[in-house]
Amino acid sequence: MSKTYFTQDHEWLRVEGGVATVGITDYAQEQLGDLVFVELPEAGKSLAKGDTAVVVESVKAASDVYAPVEGEVTEVNSELESDPSLVNSAPQGDGWLWKMKLADESQLEGLLDEKAYKETIA
Amino acid sequence: MPRNRHACNFGENMGDDKTLKHLPLEAMHEEAGARFGAFAGWRMPLTYPAGVMKEHLHTRQQAGLFDISHMQLFAVEGDGAAAFLSRVCPLDAAALGEGKSKYTLLLDENAGIIDDLIVTRLGPSRFVIVANAGNAARDEAHLRKVAEGFDVRLEALDRALLALQGPAAEDVLVNAGLDLSDLTFMTAVEPREGWFAARSGYTGEDGFEIALPPDAAPRLVEEILADERAKWIGLAARDSLRLEAGLCLHGQDLSEETDPASAALLWAIPKNVREDGGFIGAEALARIRADGIKEKRVGLKPEGRQPVRSGATIVDGDGRAIGRVTSGGFGPSVEHPVAMGYVEKAHAEAGTRLYAEVRGSRIAMDVHPLPFTPHNYRKG
Repeated sequence: MSKTYFTQDHEWLRVEGGVATVGITDYAQEQLGDLVFVELPEAGKSLAKGDTAVVVESVKAASDVYAPVEGEVTEVNSELESDPSLVNSAPQGDGWLWKMKLADESQLEGLLDEKAYKETIA
Repeated sequence: MPRNRHACNFGENMGDDKTLKHLPLEAMHEEAGARFGAFAGWRMPLTYPAGVMKEHLHTRQQAGLFDISHMQLFAVEGDGAAAFLSRVCPLDAAALGEGKSKYTLLLDENAGIIDDLIVTRLGPSRFVIVANAGNAARDEAHLRKVAEGFDVRLEALDRALLALQGPAAEDVLVNAGLDLSDLTFMTAVEPREGWFAARSGYTGEDGFEIALPPDAAPRLVEEILADERAKWIGLAARDSLRLEAGLCLHGQDLSEETDPASAALLWAIPKNVREDGGFIGAEALARIRADGIKEKRVGLKPEGRQPVRSGATIVDGDGRAIGRVTSGGFGPSVEHPVAMGYVEKAHAEAGTRLYAEVRGSRIAMDVHPLPFTPHNYRKG
């Protein structure tokens, strides 16, 4: 049974069994425009909350995606190396960015649910 | 929002700044669903719902309509107009035929590039200058100061400026009631009172730039967009198109710190003008050429898919800093990253392997001939 959280930085986390899959929201991909490159972390990398985890590059600019909680990267979406546009076409599906093992699940408590997130972008 | 980490030349989400100037056709861009941003003090449409990638490709395949009314036109008139222009620009204005346009520069005494311009001769003693938005005030002050010594009147014109670029541009304009098919690349006419149209552009494609009174612009836009081959194109695609075409953006690739020789723009200065001097900056430019340039503007093709952006340091194989990237991004038509920058002259040869420092790692790139995409101009 998974649960999905959101952040005010327009990221989503789907948490299942202590592992979070992280990506950016549809709103964020729309703001960024067509992505042409995604710089992913190495599996095994430890991320503190607020660390730059991923850099997404659109035609004209590069933007940071921050680790919303502390943890260790267990897997990255290597499909994005050949097709970064998956983040545009399926930001909350096939365009996920990385998976991380959570260091402290209590950090999830400060995050938003879908309803609260939608209110921030309304 | 993933936060933007690189300064870029147009600010995302800065389109609400109250100090920005507004395009006369802003309501039409709003209607078309544009996303706005700040550029050179103007609230500009950056992208439309199709997005930069599709907009870029559409321009190369059909026809892209750009609102470039932020650019400034100056009328230059009087018996001393040609002499004035040949002083203020490295240009032989007297030799410029009527209806002919020329890419040229405004130089300071050190041969630093104040702006790059298109000058067009409209009549025996009548010329028009198209200048960059961000430099318009500086240009005007400089032009007025130099004009004091000449029999010439300078007037900043209030015009909307539209560019229609791409292989279908000529045909779309004919259908819109504006037949410019007799024009060849870098020639111009005044098709109606207060109008000025040139076969020129900033994309590498065939196309036109049309200046007209702001109140006449909506009608022309409607007639152009009635043809489904024509679509609005934003500033983001304008930037990727010009970069693929190897064209400079003043403020990034050119500045008062760069000179025409280092910027690889000597082709824009006729040989007799270079030899005879007479223009502001002539002595400094002659000195720079005699001493030999230290660095040169080149095209750069990064390996792989990761773009290299403006501001990145360029190093050689030993890690020694030898230059800087001045423009960089992704080229939707060539499907790889594209960049240009300045490198020490010894490293300026096409094919030279160099590296850009990006976020602590080195991205391999090769000096690449410009343009990245062939120019499709309609030569005479």
